[in-house]
Amino acid sequence: MGHYIDIIFRSIFLENMPLSFFLGMCTFLAISKQVKSAIGLGAAVLVIQIITTPINNFILNTVLKPGALSWLGQPNLDLTFLGLLTYIAIIAAVVQILEMVLDRFMPSLYNTLGIFLPLLTVNCAIFGATLFMVERDYTFGESVAYGFGAGGGFFLAVVALAGIRERLEYADPPAGLKGLGITFITTGLMAMAFMGLAGMEL
Amino acid sequence: MNKLNKFFVSLAPHFEKGGKYERWYPLYEATDSFLFGCSATTKTAPHVRDSIDLKRIMITVIIALIPCVVMGLWNTGYQANLALEQLGLSAPPGWRGQVMQLIGSDSSSIISNFAHGALYFLPIYFVTLIVGSIWELLFNIIRGHEMSEAFLVTSLLFALTLPPTIPLWQVALGISFGVVFAKEVFGGVGKNFMNPALASRAFLFFAYPAQITGDTVWVGVDGITAATPLAQLAHATPGQALQQLQVTWFQSFIGTIPGSIGETSALACLIGAAILLITRIASWRVMSAMTIGALACSITLFLIGSSTNPMYEIPPHYHLVLGGFAFGLVFMATDPVSSAHTAIGQWMYGILIGVLSILIRVANPAFPEGVMLAILIGNVFAPLFDYFVIQANIKRRMLRHG
Repeated sequence: MGHYIDIIFRSIFLENMPLSFFLGMCTFLAISKQVKSAIGLGAAVLVIQIITTPINNFILNTVLKPGALSWLGQPNLDLTFLGLLTYIAIIAAVVQILEMVLDRFMPSLYNTLGIFLPLLTVNCAIFGATLFMVERDYTFGESVAYGFGAGGGFFLAVVALAGIRERLEYADPPAGLKGLGITFITTGLMAMAFMGLAGMEL
Repeated sequence: MNKLNKFFVSLAPHFEKGGKYERWYPLYEATDSFLFGCSATTKTAPHVRDSIDLKRIMITVIIALIPCVVMGLWNTGYQANLALEQLGLSAPPGWRGQVMQLIGSDSSSIISNFAHGALYFLPIYFVTLIVGSIWELLFNIIRGHEMSEAFLVTSLLFALTLPPTIPLWQVALGISFGVVFAKEVFGGVGKNFMNPALASRAFLFFAYPAQITGDTVWVGVDGITAATPLAQLAHATPGQALQQLQVTWFQSFIGTIPGSIGETSALACLIGAAILLITRIASWRVMSAMTIGALACSITLFLIGSSTNPMYEIPPHYHLVLGGFAFGLVFMATDPVSSAHTAIGQWMYGILIGVLSILIRVANPAFPEGVMLAILIGNVFAPLFDYFVIQANIKRRMLRHG
């Protein structure tokens, strides 16, 4: 149990997707003007991460890995070269389903997320979580924890950024920095603050 | 003085709107109000009648910082003189040595300690002031803002959190980063979300760790290693951490321990806290919440214990006086701009910082100085606390009034 909590804690705070690896920047910067829509986006990413990382882990272990297909009588087959293709397809499918669910049950959130919802398919934070999972050789249980942590980290970061940006409504940046420019600087300062947590051992 | 005042009044038309040097108005206004005070009053409604304004707030903070500056000057000199006596030298090498030869270095002489400390502190402080002011002036002149007294506080806070031996070019770089990227790009004081002094220090901390952490930076004499008490504890044998600590609780309360210039003395910070609380400049909620959070976290960790990490053995009352905790508690976390603004938000903000500062300190062997980083993380989440408090308030009022 402690091991799983460690993975979750580590992926939320120490290896935060947007703030430590700078992954998933496009949605992170675009949907963070208001806390409300940021919570929606964060929740969407969290749900997708929790679903896709374990599914990809399952497929990796039962189909792609060398020898994984021995249950089909093919012990010498190595399909890892199909990895990227499969993961993207899985993520795209899950995003598509999530989109349909949101459209049916939460139309206001569906409209706020707009184009960024289908774009979650190619969101590097989501794809990055899967690739980290592959690289670190997580088991199925670990990948559930990691998916939760990676999504939770994104959630936390995007909501915190939205909070700051709502306060920065009153800020007065130079004309050239208005909008995205000041958000990039804000993100950098947040990342610096989060560096304080790096290296923590519980 | 009267003549000077008249001279300034006669200069005014050149700098006001339509004057020859209109662009330089911020510089004129800053010098004039620094020397003679400000006589401008509002001409149209609404008029707020209050004895407190930004100038007075900032000056009060500076007064509250004086005990820390005095203790910092004395202690920096005291540590350096002690180190010299340990090495059997009469004066430090370099230009400081030439000055100290005139005064004589003696750790029991108050004057010698103050002089020696000033030789370390003043260059750092002046570089901070000059470089920071240049940036402030540049932004204010180009953007047509008035100079703000807040920078006087920022510069003093920043200088007090540095180790005495830090290279001056790093001081200049750090304050440039803080003033430009943590404050001026957001439009100046009151519009930033992160404490500029802390941002500067954190920037230096991550960019040049060799000059701001370790055992050799705290005392300005080559060849002397003096670890801060927290570093001593971090490297102690598990199970005997307190026995191996070379300072007592009382010593760290008074502040005669190696450390950053202004943060060693909890007593001086306590006096500053009293001034800030009596004048109601700083939020008592943030201060008490941070203390409660830190105590709760340190008691928990102390009771859990650990067989491998000696930091778990620090008793809670030691946590409050070691490192920069007291300084951060009184002067950094209470920054009215970057902390939470709502009452409940301030409680949550304080508790978050208190818990995190102990957690980083204990659980992170690389960063024994967790307070600064914890406050930065607090700054990041403060707007979010406010958001939720305000939303809850809106919801409650909707229910009550329909």
